[in-house]
Amino acid sequence: MSNTSATAFEKARADGRAALVGYLPAGYPDVDGGIDALRCLVDSGCDVIEIGLPYSDPVMDGPTIQAAAQHALEGGVRTRDVLRTVEAVAATGVPTLVMTYWNPVERYGVPRFAADLASAGGAGLITPDLTPDSAPEWIAAADEHDLDKVFLVAPSSTDARVAMTTAACRGFVYATAVMGVTGARTTTSDLAGPLVARTRQTTDLPVGVGLGVSNGDQAAEVASYADGVIVGSAFVRALLDQDDRAAGLRALAALTEDLAAGVRRA
Amino acid sequence: MTSTPHAPARASSYDADERGWFGDFGGRFMPEALVAALDELTEAWQDAMADPAFVASFEAICRDYAGTPSRLYEARRLSDKVGARILLKREDLNHTGAHKIRNVLGQALLTQRMGKKRVIAETGAGQHGVASATAAAYFGMECTVYMGAVDVKRQALNVARMNLLGAKVVSVDGGSATLKDAINEALREWVSTVDHTAYLFGTAAGPHPFPSMVRDFARGIGDEARAQCLEQYGVLPDAIAACVGGGSNAIGLYQAFLDDEDVAIYGFEPGGDGVETGRHAATIHAADSGVLHGARTYVLQDEDGQTIESHSISAGLDYPGVGPQHAHLAKTGRVTYLPITDAQAMDALSLLSRTEGIIPAIESAHAIAGALDVAKRLGEEKGPDATVLINLSGRGDKDMETAMEWFDL
Repeated sequence: MSNTSATAFEKARADGRAALVGYLPAGYPDVDGGIDALRCLVDSGCDVIEIGLPYSDPVMDGPTIQAAAQHALEGGVRTRDVLRTVEAVAATGVPTLVMTYWNPVERYGVPRFAADLASAGGAGLITPDLTPDSAPEWIAAADEHDLDKVFLVAPSSTDARVAMTTAACRGFVYATAVMGVTGARTTTSDLAGPLVARTRQTTDLPVGVGLGVSNGDQAAEVASYADGVIVGSAFVRALLDQDDRAAGLRALAALTEDLAAGVRRA
Repeated sequence: MTSTPHAPARASSYDADERGWFGDFGGRFMPEALVAALDELTEAWQDAMADPAFVASFEAICRDYAGTPSRLYEARRLSDKVGARILLKREDLNHTGAHKIRNVLGQALLTQRMGKKRVIAETGAGQHGVASATAAAYFGMECTVYMGAVDVKRQALNVARMNLLGAKVVSVDGGSATLKDAINEALREWVSTVDHTAYLFGTAAGPHPFPSMVRDFARGIGDEARAQCLEQYGVLPDAIAACVGGGSNAIGLYQAFLDDEDVAIYGFEPGGDGVETGRHAATIHAADSGVLHGARTYVLQDEDGQTIESHSISAGLDYPGVGPQHAHLAKTGRVTYLPITDAQAMDALSLLSRTEGIIPAIESAHAIAGALDVAKRLGEEKGPDATVLINLSGRGDKDMETAMEWFDL
């Protein structure tokens, strides 16, 4: 049976709130530590999980996620470790996607990656450097294995491209709220609302907004107009800022609870 | 009928389709946030290349400011040594000392036409950074250059040149802190400034339209060389040769000759310590297809698709990817690509210096090294009229520190 992330958005919508989508890279601080951190996100209130596949050339990531990914790679994390992480997190029952740059998937073999992701219980892929018009092989493999295809829309996307992109998505649509790389920001973007509105005109899929959210108040603000609030760098920051793992997990839990409360008071 | 150096550019049978695919290679693997800018750039570039006023303006700037057409020079002492005619396309005599000035003047002129007033660029050794800073000064534009922290340290002279030219140099600490990471950072910066900033990409790689656009701005090399060879010798060369890192000087030379079936074409890749050691940057030799910096091409990568650091004595060739048109030309067999080790390149650098009084860039020395082998073989087959045309893509002043260390000068 399909484990699409759309079910988590529907459940949140039924509760009258937005979903909280949490991102951490696999393998940080190591593979098992990464699994503990991701499970902490689940336990503390994330509705959907994105697991980052560490990559040597992350052109859409700011310094925080770059640092964690580089640490993971230097620690020897492999694509198969990412799939093991997916399996451990998906076992909690929360929809679990992989967010990855394209080359590691292409190198692994697109059909093989889709098959192994599906058998690990993964819900699908978020592809920051793959747009639907360059993705026929992935779309075919995802459809064969009943996986979510989450493509991104941006403030700079034309209406025609938004429509093309959402038509190819399954699960949800990822709206990048700012023109810029990942990273916590003190103010949320005024580009996000209009982008969500434009996106909604083309699809009934839930729309998640990412890039920059780092606290409950920002989450509440985004939740007032989006179906999902995506948080990544702030979680990574919480881990990076702590010296020992127990403290890192405590910080992660506290931040998740703040954000989960935020999406409930919109 | 012989063409003139400024004859209209001809398409080749090896060009990209309208979505930037050269056979199995190229395309556009980029964040959606940059697609609108790349579409805008594609349209502006195609519109400009179809506008005789733009083409004339580009040629005038290249002529009056950069000094093109560069000379085609017969290296007589070297020719005697190998038993075949060696012709050098003297791109080393261009303003700023390399072919790269053509590309940046073209892209900056296009930037001006698009109404943007700021440019950014990546640089490895600093040559493209210096060229970009030069073009920015010429056009009165603001310029920021991204450079790996490792390169900033080992190329202090070029950092000073960029500063003197009015550009801002940003040191990049992420990843391996070299060229590929400088490209990553420039792309990150571009996402947030794309409405008023143009990215002057330094080689014929990256997402569509860069591989085709950079080639079009560099193709004067081959257009001129082909016409000069016909004018001076009445025949086309038997073989042409260039060094290939990202591949802009090579594709700039090749384009005019791709459909001349009797002209053999060679590309010489940086073989570093030797391809068998794993410490090299001979991407095409490794023949491993992947996606890097927005295009599918040959990439140095591990079994998980993580980019592997490349190694070459020549900073300008030290890149773990290659332009997608080269991947296509390799796969179709139109061009023969061979690795040249650091030691072979340095031997050729010394040879050209002593034989002709020309100190080439270490990049170009790779082409000299490989082409001399080709020339010896052709000379034996066809006699001393066998002609090999080599792109001398840049001068060696920038490499003197490396040369001092290598030759213990």
